[in-house]
Amino acid sequence: MSHEVETHAAGVVTTHEEHGHHEHHEHHDTFITKYVFSQDHKMIAKQFLITGMFWAVLGGLMSVLFRLQLGYPDSTFPWLETILGKWAKGGHITPEAYYALVTTHGTVLVFFVLTAGLSGTFANFLIPLQVGARDMASPFLNMLSYWFFFIASIVMLSSLFVETGPFSGGWTAYPPLSALGDASPGSKTGMDLWIISMALFVVSSLLGGLNYIATILNMRTKGMSMTRLPLTIWALFFTAVLGVLSFPVLLSGFILLIFDRNFGTSFYLSDIFVNGVGALPNEGGSAILFQHLFWFLGHPEVYIILLPAMGMVSEILSVNSRKPIFGYIAMIGSLFAIAILAFLVWAHHMFVTGLNPLLGSIFVLLTLLIAVPSAIKVFNWITTLWRGNIRFTPGMLFAIGFVSLFISGGLTGIWLGNSALDIHLHDTYFVIAHFHIVMGVASMFGMFAGIYHWYPKMYGRFMNNTLGYMHFWITIAGAYLIFWPMHYEGLAGMPRRYYDFSIWESFKQFVELNRFISVVSMIVFGAQILFLINFFYSIFKGRKLTSQNPWGSNTLEWTTPVRPGHGNWPGEIPEVHRWAYDYGKDGKEFIQQTTPVGDDESNH
Amino acid sequence: MSTQNPTSSRIHPHKFTLWVAMASIIMMFAGFTSAYIVKMNEGSWLKFQLPSIFWLSTAIILLSSLTLHLAGKSFKAREMTRYRQLITVTAVLGLAFILCQYFGFRSLEKQGIELIGQRSNSAASYLLVITGMHMLHVLGGIIAIAVILFLAYNGKVKNYSPLPLELTTIYWHFVDVLWIYLFIFYHFVG
Repeated sequence: MSHEVETHAAGVVTTHEEHGHHEHHEHHDTFITKYVFSQDHKMIAKQFLITGMFWAVLGGLMSVLFRLQLGYPDSTFPWLETILGKWAKGGHITPEAYYALVTTHGTVLVFFVLTAGLSGTFANFLIPLQVGARDMASPFLNMLSYWFFFIASIVMLSSLFVETGPFSGGWTAYPPLSALGDASPGSKTGMDLWIISMALFVVSSLLGGLNYIATILNMRTKGMSMTRLPLTIWALFFTAVLGVLSFPVLLSGFILLIFDRNFGTSFYLSDIFVNGVGALPNEGGSAILFQHLFWFLGHPEVYIILLPAMGMVSEILSVNSRKPIFGYIAMIGSLFAIAILAFLVWAHHMFVTGLNPLLGSIFVLLTLLIAVPSAIKVFNWITTLWRGNIRFTPGMLFAIGFVSLFISGGLTGIWLGNSALDIHLHDTYFVIAHFHIVMGVASMFGMFAGIYHWYPKMYGRFMNNTLGYMHFWITIAGAYLIFWPMHYEGLAGMPRRYYDFSIWESFKQFVELNRFISVVSMIVFGAQILFLINFFYSIFKGRKLTSQNPWGSNTLEWTTPVRPGHGNWPGEIPEVHRWAYDYGKDGKEFIQQTTPVGDDESNH
Repeated sequence: MSTQNPTSSRIHPHKFTLWVAMASIIMMFAGFTSAYIVKMNEGSWLKFQLPSIFWLSTAIILLSSLTLHLAGKSFKAREMTRYRQLITVTAVLGLAFILCQYFGFRSLEKQGIELIGQRSNSAASYLLVITGMHMLHVLGGIIAIAVILFLAYNGKVKNYSPLPLELTTIYWHFVDVLWIYLFIFYHFVG
């Protein structure tokens, strides 16, 4: 596609707007331009979603495998050797494989599923539809963003098949494990592929983020002031800002790491003795420096994952409670506060690195401050539900589940944010439980809520409700049954990342509990298969959507045709006259944003 | 499909995207230079003189910003011959800048200061990585100039849209200022 053609097409659309023609634009798309190298934001969103789902299945399966080791450390499973070969000799997952599984599970879930799969999907899908734009500011860069993610995925996937295995030093990739090929099998080719994949992923995120910001600030339709935007868009906006400002810092850390790995520099390395190799000449580097650079992204990353879920949940709760969102401006303010604080708390991941205690106490204070905007959001979600006329659709259930998980996981954050408590809890299962509930499962719930809620807009059909309810109840019960016991294990000092607890006198008591957690995790994984079946079956056979606006929602995406083409609205882009949350106003169930304000309306 | 109301006074979306991208690039170099400061204060830091050719490269990149600015003026005045000459000069100056940086690294190596390898000191390695990353960004600018050069010499399409030139100019001034920042940083901090 040359630039000329693009400009020309843009020119045509502009003329149509000026003269107000209402005929539909026929695009002569080939299979390649429609489904593969598509520049339509809706198709790119689906590409992100399905690639993310692929990774979610693979990453989830990995967790089932290492849970098998933790739950049944003494048993052997011959079928494991059949599928994993030398990584499960005699039906027993080897330590190297265990660490590789844990590392890849973390990397894949954090970046590929919950960053690309969640914010990539919904930012692409919802931003142009909800701000009233025909597409992103630059559809071409948007397409590139997906394909960089795709190549990153291929590289990461290929790392699973190299002889020395994928990287196994933890998803945070701390040097020296990540910097020295001799440090472990996974630090050889596996780490090279890991870092290439992650660098490509950073490029993908940046291209996407630039587009999201430019689209939200520059491409809104007439009347769509910033304070009329749905909260999804505000959340996606702050997500993009966080990504654009923090991913480059991670990239700079990675570049220094590449030099240490391949060009013998000493940015992170000093005074190291490697077994079998001897003392290394590297001198003067600082491994802690990598942690600073990593967590300067790593902490905002948590909010990059969480904010889109928060935004979608706000929207879904309001629509399905048939009530305006409570405290719209407070919601924006708290998103803003979280986005600012996200950059000021990274060192709370480093309390036990020998951080200056004074600095530590400043980071404690800033960390605990996050409780304030978080509490505002929780309060507003609950008050939105309060006395609402609630419709318990699967999407709504997942949104309510998100609120529940966010509260449970957020409260333990207050514990961990205190440096004194963190000395005891650092690197224990308490941390695992905390971040899986508040970041992992909660954001997955936001993603599920979004998928169930916007599925009719994506595919023109509904997902099956019964399967949706089963999926929800098994997943929420399972999530608590898996992660709640981990708090107790963590308080008892059980460290994360250990291969086998049955040989530790202090942790033998948890053998049964670990087995219980493992069994539940397998059941929950099974429930996700239900979701997958539901998702793919419904694309072709789901109940057909018959009206434009199945949920009685106010936002602009529901003013497009049931199956919108590239350009979203066949005629003019509608003008917006009000905010997105006029539910139950003046006796009307809902008033769409495109409805002009009448003379007899009460103030809004 | 990117459309915008032609009467809108809003900034062009591509220009806005560029500004955000530049903020992103700034964050990357902020990451580098703060790592530099942290490392410097941890000791075993080699002190050495910056290669004197860096003064020349600084003059060259400043001059290239001037020629690109003048190219913009000629473009507005529709003096296309002069415009083509000036952007060609700018691209050549950009390449000269990159060459100067490269010779700067060579001169350090000749003095026995190793930039990479196991006997290197991070002070020199940082200089290489940070300056090298900046060189890559200048190279990106040269590619952008090559694109507008192609547009200017391509007789088939009469394109008077100022947007590609404006985008390139903003970016080019940006990498110029970025180098000035790095140069001052090396002098006063390093």
